[in-house]
Amino acid sequence: MKEKKLTKGKVRSIIANLVVVEADGPVSQNEICYVDKDGVKLMAEVIKVNGTQAFIQVFESTRGIRIGSDVEFTGSMLEVTLGPGVLSKNYDGLQHDLNKMEGVFLKSGDYTEPLDLEKEWEFEPVAKKGDTVVAGDWLGQVEENTMPHRIMVPFKFKGTYKVKSVVKKGTYKAKDTIAVLLDDKDKEVPVTMVQKWPVKIAITSFKNKPRPFKLMETGIRTIDTLNPIVEGGTGFIPGPFGSGKTVLQHAISKEAEADIVVIAACGERANEVVEIFTEFPELEDPRTGRKLMERTTIIANTSNMPVAAREASVYTAMTIAEYYRAMGLKILLLADSTSRWAQALREMSNRMEELPGPDAFPMDLPAIISNFYSRAGFVYLNNGKTGSITFIGTVSPAGGNLKEPVTESTKKAARCFYALSQNRADSKRYPAIDPIDSYSKYIEYPELQDYLKKHISEDWVEKVMEIKNHLIKGKEAYEQINILGDDGVPIDYHITFWKGEVIDFVILQQDAFDEVDRSSPIKRQKYMLDKVLEVYHTEFSFDSFEDVNPYFKKVINEFKQMNFSDFESDNFKKHEKELKKIIKERKVKEEEVAEQEESN
Amino acid sequence: METKAFQKIYTKITQITKATCSLNAEGVGYEELASVNGRLAQVVKIQGENVTLQVFGGTEDIPTNAEVVFFGRPPTIKVGEDLAGRFFNAFGEPIDGGPEVEGEEREIGGPSVNPVRRMQPSELIATGIAGIDLNNTLVSGQKIPFFADPDQPYNQVMAMVALRAKADKIILGGMGLTNDDYLYYKNVFDNAGALDRIVSFVNTTEDPPVERLLVPDMALTAAEYFAVDKNESVLVLLTDMTLFADALSIVSNRMDQIPSKDSMPGSLYSDLAKIYEKAVQFPEGGSITIVAVTTLSGGDITHAIPDNTGYITEGQLFLRRDTDIGKVIVDPFRSLSRLKQLVIGKKTREDHPQVMNAAVRLNADAVNARTKLENGFDLTDYDERTLGFAKEYSRELLAIDVNIDVDAMLDTGWKLFGKYFEKAEVGIKEDMTKKYWPGKDD
Repeated sequence: MKEKKLTKGKVRSIIANLVVVEADGPVSQNEICYVDKDGVKLMAEVIKVNGTQAFIQVFESTRGIRIGSDVEFTGSMLEVTLGPGVLSKNYDGLQHDLNKMEGVFLKSGDYTEPLDLEKEWEFEPVAKKGDTVVAGDWLGQVEENTMPHRIMVPFKFKGTYKVKSVVKKGTYKAKDTIAVLLDDKDKEVPVTMVQKWPVKIAITSFKNKPRPFKLMETGIRTIDTLNPIVEGGTGFIPGPFGSGKTVLQHAISKEAEADIVVIAACGERANEVVEIFTEFPELEDPRTGRKLMERTTIIANTSNMPVAAREASVYTAMTIAEYYRAMGLKILLLADSTSRWAQALREMSNRMEELPGPDAFPMDLPAIISNFYSRAGFVYLNNGKTGSITFIGTVSPAGGNLKEPVTESTKKAARCFYALSQNRADSKRYPAIDPIDSYSKYIEYPELQDYLKKHISEDWVEKVMEIKNHLIKGKEAYEQINILGDDGVPIDYHITFWKGEVIDFVILQQDAFDEVDRSSPIKRQKYMLDKVLEVYHTEFSFDSFEDVNPYFKKVINEFKQMNFSDFESDNFKKHEKELKKIIKERKVKEEEVAEQEESN
Repeated sequence: METKAFQKIYTKITQITKATCSLNAEGVGYEELASVNGRLAQVVKIQGENVTLQVFGGTEDIPTNAEVVFFGRPPTIKVGEDLAGRFFNAFGEPIDGGPEVEGEEREIGGPSVNPVRRMQPSELIATGIAGIDLNNTLVSGQKIPFFADPDQPYNQVMAMVALRAKADKIILGGMGLTNDDYLYYKNVFDNAGALDRIVSFVNTTEDPPVERLLVPDMALTAAEYFAVDKNESVLVLLTDMTLFADALSIVSNRMDQIPSKDSMPGSLYSDLAKIYEKAVQFPEGGSITIVAVTTLSGGDITHAIPDNTGYITEGQLFLRRDTDIGKVIVDPFRSLSRLKQLVIGKKTREDHPQVMNAAVRLNADAVNARTKLENGFDLTDYDERTLGFAKEYSRELLAIDVNIDVDAMLDTGWKLFGKYFEKAEVGIKEDMTKKYWPGKDD
């Protein structure tokens, strides 16, 4: 990299966090610069250049900045620092370590180091002298929270390199040189455990990105059974406020089958992040028995933190996820909420007086969103190992209207759609994912169908489709009953409706706050789905529609007690037995069924 | 606020609009205060030499040769124990005839709390109103608005919450209060003998609307003083935030910004979040809890102001007149307190979550039954029972004039379940019904 003289400038105008700078040299788009406010340097990013004037968005409050204040440009874009120690950290949107900041209140210009550079790591070499390597190849590894953290050839390295030397097994600090590589001109390039990468550019150091095919278990029945997401898949959760977006996302982050979880709290409530800060160091990862915090990194840019940094925060989170994916790990990336990110884009576009698109959002919003979602995915690394980033974002549609620009743009980019319904939320049917409006494109993938057949059961996909169908039938019956009145429809309508309710209460609804019910492994989901289908296929007889409601309430109650009990425990079996008894009460005997069919 | 001798006085204004004026000045800082012919103003835009000032008192009668003096600092307030019991205007000047407050001068609208330094809210704030304590429990460090139509008695309910809640200090931020409402609050606080723990910042409809923009920051800076310096629990009441947002849109409109939804500025979400996110539980024990009012127009919550508010606050409370019992109730369906999970069943009795959910679910069945009735269909026995339950539930629990503690609310809940339903219909976990179901066990 060639040395160049860094550009300097002076502040010319200020409107909220948009500052115009008169620059004395070359300036590039998205370059980072620092504005001097009475000795405190405030970070900013170039978002537009006009002649010698650079328009910068300041990542802090601009209060107190004056005309003529000095500005220094850095020559690089917004970068994150990648290396061992990123896990279990709490960062702000620009990857400053929040725990290292002093005092209760945030101070502008208080920029802390993302990694613990003094910490010693147990390094183990993987590459040997003479190996030919490219960017992203593993040179060695250290142990980070019991997980192997690969030290890679920095992603910025272009072309092939030869390994000249790798240090011996032993303890090293992050910035120690652990390997020396030779480039194609035989020039020596030292490599440490730390590297930097610009957040707005995707890390593509992998061999290929196939269509995803592996089910990603979340423990949430209405997702896993009805609209499954896959490893490397994308999904989004739109819903009006109060419909349980955040509770659902937290549930996914706790239960999902991922090696590492990266959470971008983007422009949302601070108390929600505090909940994660408080709970995750305590909660156990159900799979490893270790604390959830050990596999989690949090990027917190809450709604009262500077708006411009909010835009950066989702990119920071994605880049960290891509870094760990290159180590062959399964990453779950959650962003809450992408609407706040879009609003940050809108605020800046507004201040720059760009011509607005729909709802005053910038015209290129759909492109920005789909570009971001495309960075997720399942990949084969150069060494044949696999890694994945599964991305689930929430969307907060204005007025709960799904026809607004952020929801519509996201719908084009994400493959799973988990629509939260106000009606379900109002009647406390949580998670409030609407079973009929929501979809997963993946269930149509033959790759995933094969996987489900092999890992769950041969007829699983058909059963899921059947259940969906029954839900629609139940809804139709409900509408008919509402139009024609309870006694204006045949009893069968009531039975169909209540059978749909059984599916709703037993499969769809799940208590995120119950010790047992909050997570349901796929084996248990299969068992319950079969049980529910059994009830569905049973013919019941009733003398009057008035008997239907209380009867099915009893059925549902037993099912619910089963959901609240440990799988296959005595209590579980007790209620299962009770359920069997209840079903027998109203079950039409097989001979009767045959008779009826004959008479028809 | 007096000017200092060496300050430069500008006398050449180049542009005047209804809310702003511009002039050429040097060395001015962003968001700095100034006075224009004695009226307070703040820097909102600087372009080279040209500085735009937002004049809080309005620009009526401002001449182009008005005297403009820059203060070299953003708006501040003097904080101290003496704030208690006092009434101030939006600039922090006493309006109760008392003396100026002596104390440390602090910038308003200061920095936010580092999220990792926040504590998880965990203290219940009891109000005695079952619609709140039972169904939508308030927690210290929470922020929650009443969504109310202008004709609803939200100011009365707020005053009731303020007096019943066990807070060390109560800070009232009144924006666009009618003079009558201002006097109402004053009287209620006076009569309750609670004045010594109440601080009020009031902008009435008689004052210029743009002044309102300072009220929340004034109130919250005072709140931070009591919560951080004195480790007190502070309850901040903000009424009415819709009028605050309207003032925001006036200013952005005058500055030729492109409006987004409902002619509100594109930054509305961030502007509101900056205020509401001041609600916090501090590690040293102090806390700031915000209860606000957002008035709706015709109950429309999709309007940009309630919509953005809903995404920021931790729930919302709706008031509704229940015609069956002829009283105002806290609506059980649309109201929500997001933080209730942190205290219910933990700080309150174990059966709290289940009783709350079951009662709301049974009420939902009652609503369906009522729809049937309205459409002229026959009701089943179950429908009849849910209707009976819902009515009694409204009268004995939801009505805002009910004042009982949480255990009594739960007992009432079980009493009503037992009166109207079978255990299976209520659908509560077995171990709870065993313990609390009224009457004999079967």
